Amino acid sequence: MSEILVLVEHVEGQVKKVTLELLTLARKLGVPSAVWAGPGYSPEAKAKLAEYGAEKIYVADSADVNDYVVAPKAELLAQLVSEKSPAAVLVAATAEAKEIAGRLAIKIDSGVLTDAVGIEESLVADQSIFGGGVNVRSRVTKGTPIVAVRPNSTPVEAAAGAGAEEQVSVTVSDAAKAARIVERVKQEKGARPELTEAAIVVSGGRGVGSAENFSIIEKLADSLGAAVGASRAATDAGWYPHQFQVGQTGKTVSPQLYIAAGISGAIQHRAGMQTAKTIVAVNKDPEAPIFELADFGVVGDLNQVVPQLTEEVAKRK
Amino acid sequence: MNIVVCVKQVPDTATERKLRSDDKTLDRDAADGVINELCEYAVEEALRLKEAHGGEVTVLTMGPDKASDTIRKALAMGADKAVHLVDDALHGSDALGTSYALAQTLKKIGFDLVVLGSESTDARTGVLAAMLAERLGVPQLTFANKVEIDGGSIAVQRVTDYGYDRVEASLPAVVSVVEKINEPRYPSFKGIMAAKKKSVEKLGVADAEIDASQVGLANSWSEVTDFAAAPPRAAGTIVKDEGDGGVKAADFLASKKFV
Ligand SMILES: Cc1cc2nc3c(=O)[nH]c(=O)nc-3n(C[C@H](O)[C@H](O)[C@H](O)COP(=O)(O)OP(=O)(O)OC[C@H]3O[C@@H](n4cnc5c(N)ncnc54)[C@H](O)[C@@H]3O)c2cc1C
Ligand SMILES: Nc1ncnc2c1ncn2[C@@H]1O[C@H](COP(=O)(O)O)[C@@H](O)[C@H]1O
Repeated sequence: MSEILVLVEHVEGQVKKVTLELLTLARKLGVPSAVWAGPGYSPEAKAKLAEYGAEKIYVADSADVNDYVVAPKAELLAQLVSEKSPAAVLVAATAEAKEIAGRLAIKIDSGVLTDAVGIEESLVADQSIFGGGVNVRSRVTKGTPIVAVRPNSTPVEAAAGAGAEEQVSVTVSDAAKAARIVERVKQEKGARPELTEAAIVVSGGRGVGSAENFSIIEKLADSLGAAVGASRAATDAGWYPHQFQVGQTGKTVSPQLYIAAGISGAIQHRAGMQTAKTIVAVNKDPEAPIFELADFGVVGDLNQVVPQLTEEVAKRK
Repeated sequence: MNIVVCVKQVPDTATERKLRSDDKTLDRDAADGVINELCEYAVEEALRLKEAHGGEVTVLTMGPDKASDTIRKALAMGADKAVHLVDDALHGSDALGTSYALAQTLKKIGFDLVVLGSESTDARTGVLAAMLAERLGVPQLTFANKVEIDGGSIAVQRVTDYGYDRVEASLPAVVSVVEKINEPRYPSFKGIMAAKKKSVEKLGVADAEIDASQVGLANSWSEVTDFAAAPPRAAGTIVKDEGDGGVKAADFLASKKFV
């Protein structure tokens, strides 16, 4: 079976869950090889990748790969594609990895599919478009298929691989060093899971009423181990930072459970959360369109319902 | 400074969007065409940079005849002139084809700075700016929520999952902007009137030195094999809060094993 390259997503040396999903998916399509780009590689990371099926791990952990925007990683992957002739390249459908995929596609003259929610053995990808309204199947017709897969679209399953490590030396070209990252600014977000990766997301909208009152959304999120999201009305008002916005011009999330409190369910919001497996809504307006999507809805004041729910969840743990 | 802002016409998200059953491309006749929202932020940023540093703002759109409405909108906001890349040969181009066609046109018309939206509401690929940077061999400064120019240097804040990266480069460069970067202006009546007189240059594939075998549906690097409307979600249970709404919601979560 042929090799499938999987670009590893990692933060502070930790392998992100989406990578385990991609490895699980890659095992169906061929033999997974993980590609580690940037610093932070460790025996723990290696063990994790092997546990989920990486037969090989290509490591390019020089600082160069990480110090410039996107281009060096595309060069690294292009080099590996030409050396290893994989059957496909999988990346996570994050903003940055999609850009890597895009530049790679040009370098290796291959098609790229973004935001896949599944891939069949024939390398046909499933995509959900127009805010979840239409399901599309598409495939790459030229070159080595490059597919960006949405986090949370494949349940992870461990199955040990050899995890044979291979150091890759890349010489980052001058052209790829054109946009230099001079500083990385981390904005505190506490211990909550990342929005696009989280199994549960609790979001608040205009109905929350103020920045201070977002604490009731955060408390419910924390009781469930969830990430916090927000509607555009809430981020526009400055109640919650923009990077937590869910929707058409924000993040797309596909969690197991999405709880929307004080969100009307405008089409642009739905575009970012419609593929959640289970949806719960709290809204005081029985006519709010969010109830059309909800598996369970409570018509009521979120200031009463949400804290009570938080308390109940804590009690039942 | 010669600023080119890439603007796309997309179907209004408030209307029902469809794919055509014949060639499985976006049905651009079924819905009203509007300017892609993030492109308005791109136009606004281009105008602000021009106001601060001087120069000219050119709108570049690839799309059917109908896309001229979108060009007028950008001109009414204050852009100086426009280039409309329009040719039947371009219909159905995927991201690789579109980026190739736009890159060829950009080489032809020249630029110090190219500004794009970070994503379109129809394709939602979010890869075009990166692809343009790759094709043009210039720095990629994408997902910016702040852009600063100082002579030949440019710095942006690139939004990341953890916050932002400060990125530096020199011009010429490609920038894409996110929603919170600015507040796009509304075209004034004067602006709308003035837009009618501004130059819109129409270019075809041959004019822009685009190799027709690299664009269009038949030459795409990927294809839609089939599509179907997503099955509607099953109707849920809606309860009215009688003082126990939170408890009932917890019962539901427990029944689904979330607690
Ligand atoms: C091009 C474009 C892109 C957009 N992108 C996005 C996007 O990415 N994400 C996004 O979210 N939106 C986006 N929007 C905006 C979108 O159209 C809506 O305006 C927005 O989602 C509304 O947010 P909301 O539901 O919080 O506010 P509203 O629509 O004002 O809804 C607030 C809801 O809270 C309820 N409520 C009020 N008080 C309480 C209470 N005490 N208890 C319970 N319920 C209460 C009300 O009944 C109401 O239903 C976009 C719009 C456009 C045009
Ligand atoms: N046909 C087009 N003509 C001009 N600009 C475009 C076109 N398609 C995409 N763009 C630009 O690329 C950005 C991102 O689009 P996309 O990669 O399609 O999500 C848009 O906001 C536009 O600035």
